Amino acid sequence: MTPPEDILLIQAIRQPEKTLSFKLDGWDILIRQARSAGVLTRLGLLLSEHHLLNKIPQQPLNHLKSAIVYFEQFEYTVAWEIKQIQEVLNKQNIPFVLLKGAAYHQAKNKAGAGRVFSDIDILVKREQLGEVEKVFLTSGWLFDKTNSYDQDYYRKWMHELPPLRHFKRGTSLDIHHNLVPLTSKVCPDVKKLWMQAETVKGGILVLSPADRVIHSAVHLFYDGEYEHGFRDISDIDLLLREFSKDEKFWKSLISRSTELGLKEPVCYALRYCYYFLKTPVPKDVLNLVVKQHGEIRWAIMDFLFKRALLPNHSTCQDRWNDLAIFVLYIRGHLLRMPLYLLIPHLLRKGWMRLSGKAGH
Amino acid sequence: MPVQVYDLSIPPFQIRLETDISLVSDSIEKLYSKENLLIGNENQFFDFHIKVTTPTLYRKYFRPQAQFFSDGKAPFKPLPISQAYPFFEWGLNWCIASYTYQYLILHAAVIEKNNQAIILPGKPGAGKSTLCAALVCSGWRLLSDEMAVIDLQTLELLPVVRPVSLKNESIEIISEFAPDAEFGDTFFDTAKGVVSHLKPPEESMKNNRRRAKAHTIIFPQFTSQADMKLTKKSRAETVLELARNSFNYSVLGQQGFDVLCELVTEINCFEFEYSSLDEAIKQFETLIEKK
Repeated sequence: MTPPEDILLIQAIRQPEKTLSFKLDGWDILIRQARSAGVLTRLGLLLSEHHLLNKIPQQPLNHLKSAIVYFEQFEYTVAWEIKQIQEVLNKQNIPFVLLKGAAYHQAKNKAGAGRVFSDIDILVKREQLGEVEKVFLTSGWLFDKTNSYDQDYYRKWMHELPPLRHFKRGTSLDIHHNLVPLTSKVCPDVKKLWMQAETVKGGILVLSPADRVIHSAVHLFYDGEYEHGFRDISDIDLLLREFSKDEKFWKSLISRSTELGLKEPVCYALRYCYYFLKTPVPKDVLNLVVKQHGEIRWAIMDFLFKRALLPNHSTCQDRWNDLAIFVLYIRGHLLRMPLYLLIPHLLRKGWMRLSGKAGH
Repeated sequence: MPVQVYDLSIPPFQIRLETDISLVSDSIEKLYSKENLLIGNENQFFDFHIKVTTPTLYRKYFRPQAQFFSDGKAPFKPLPISQAYPFFEWGLNWCIASYTYQYLILHAAVIEKNNQAIILPGKPGAGKSTLCAALVCSGWRLLSDEMAVIDLQTLELLPVVRPVSLKNESIEIISEFAPDAEFGDTFFDTAKGVVSHLKPPEESMKNNRRRAKAHTIIFPQFTSQADMKLTKKSRAETVLELARNSFNYSVLGQQGFDVLCELVTEINCFEFEYSSLDEAIKQFETLIEKK
């Protein structure tokens, strides 16, 4: 597999000054890697922060500047969408917690700078789901998937409602009531997340810093989709760097993840953040991480994740990449639900696709 | 056919095109000039890495298809292989529109004479490309038949000199109007009907980096048998219509609005109904002489 230090994008993120020595053909690859990985804006903002933008050749600079211009408009739109969602739920006094990208944006986390996303995710209380659904459906939001199998599947087994879309603005909204599917073995007690949620700008709730990292790790390491794997590992890296300014953070992250029964994904996150981006995880914490699995298990996981989390670009991949992505995809599904539920589900979805009845 | 690589310079962009479809390479060689070819020099930056190829081995032989890849990703569904070349041109438009926010880009043709450029925004079917092709065949310089690229600081128009795409009846109209004009192949049954491309005149090609200043904005409308009519259009209306016809106005936000307002401040804007190309060209000549 490609060692991270051979990848220009990873070099540039670890040491932005290194880009000064890049020739035009190096910039050509860097811009493509960053775009494919979904971190072009993040790279632009990083170089700008290091006062390097005015030293970049004009052609790659155009692409970085374009990405930044796009992002400025995106942020403006996201702020507006969050406000709209808040207004809808406030009508019924329904509390909600903003999750993932939208939460990084609202909490002004470093991970939010340059982060573009297509859905807004919120967490609501399970007992209020019915009410939440009703208030959105009467405020201009519609379900994307309308066939009854998909609708039932989400409601019965998943940790979220089927995605909603605003009929006019096209924004997509995922409404969660837990972080992982109910069928998953590691479904945490969601009340604990609510208890530590904190208020940020605009009176909006987001998860506590430790829980924000944990959620990001769960999402990346249990979900099975790795198209944006590198961006997600970079998100966690930025969150960790920001929160660990308080030295006690590392200890509280480990104990919190143990308490929620989600220590495993956090261990993966710490190991691979350090591997790809040299995140300053303390030695003793990394030692704790190693103990999570035996040597063979780590060898397998390394084989998979050290490939799947590379930037999704042809210049970063080897011939085992597709296999690793495929295995992790299957793993993601197995973690979500037991086989006796998964197999009928996949057969049913496969049949729906073949017979042209798929919901999208 | 083995894979051909074309390193194209289409200022302000550089494009690496790879294709193993001869329909694409034939058209590239017919419609682009030696000025477009980047030679040698390994150390290059390409704005877009485009590949036009058959999507699968199976689709090479059974109802063959072409697929457009932008740096390895396919933003569109494949098309029948006969449309492989127009697919490249449309795909390139998509690349430019999706990744270029350092300029304001309007959906319009731009032509120039005596350093006075005219912007022709157009709804599909309004006859913008036909009029643009006729002007270009009558000594006007082509900047673009598809996009007005505006520098956000200086408000200058940047050329993006590429083949002029003509559709349906326009193809015959222009080949009758300018018998010497060079055309590429004709493609039938595309989403836009019959399509053929006019090769840009040498003069336009040679000046494909020279920017121009907007002199007039004209919204053309071809109506057969109609008497020619040039009607002043208010600046406010013009700004709103240009915004609707822009590729990236909504992304540029406030800056986009400011640039459009400044663009129309010192120039005249018209609606223009025409039925005869000769009359239309005379009218255009008069417009730029006036000042």
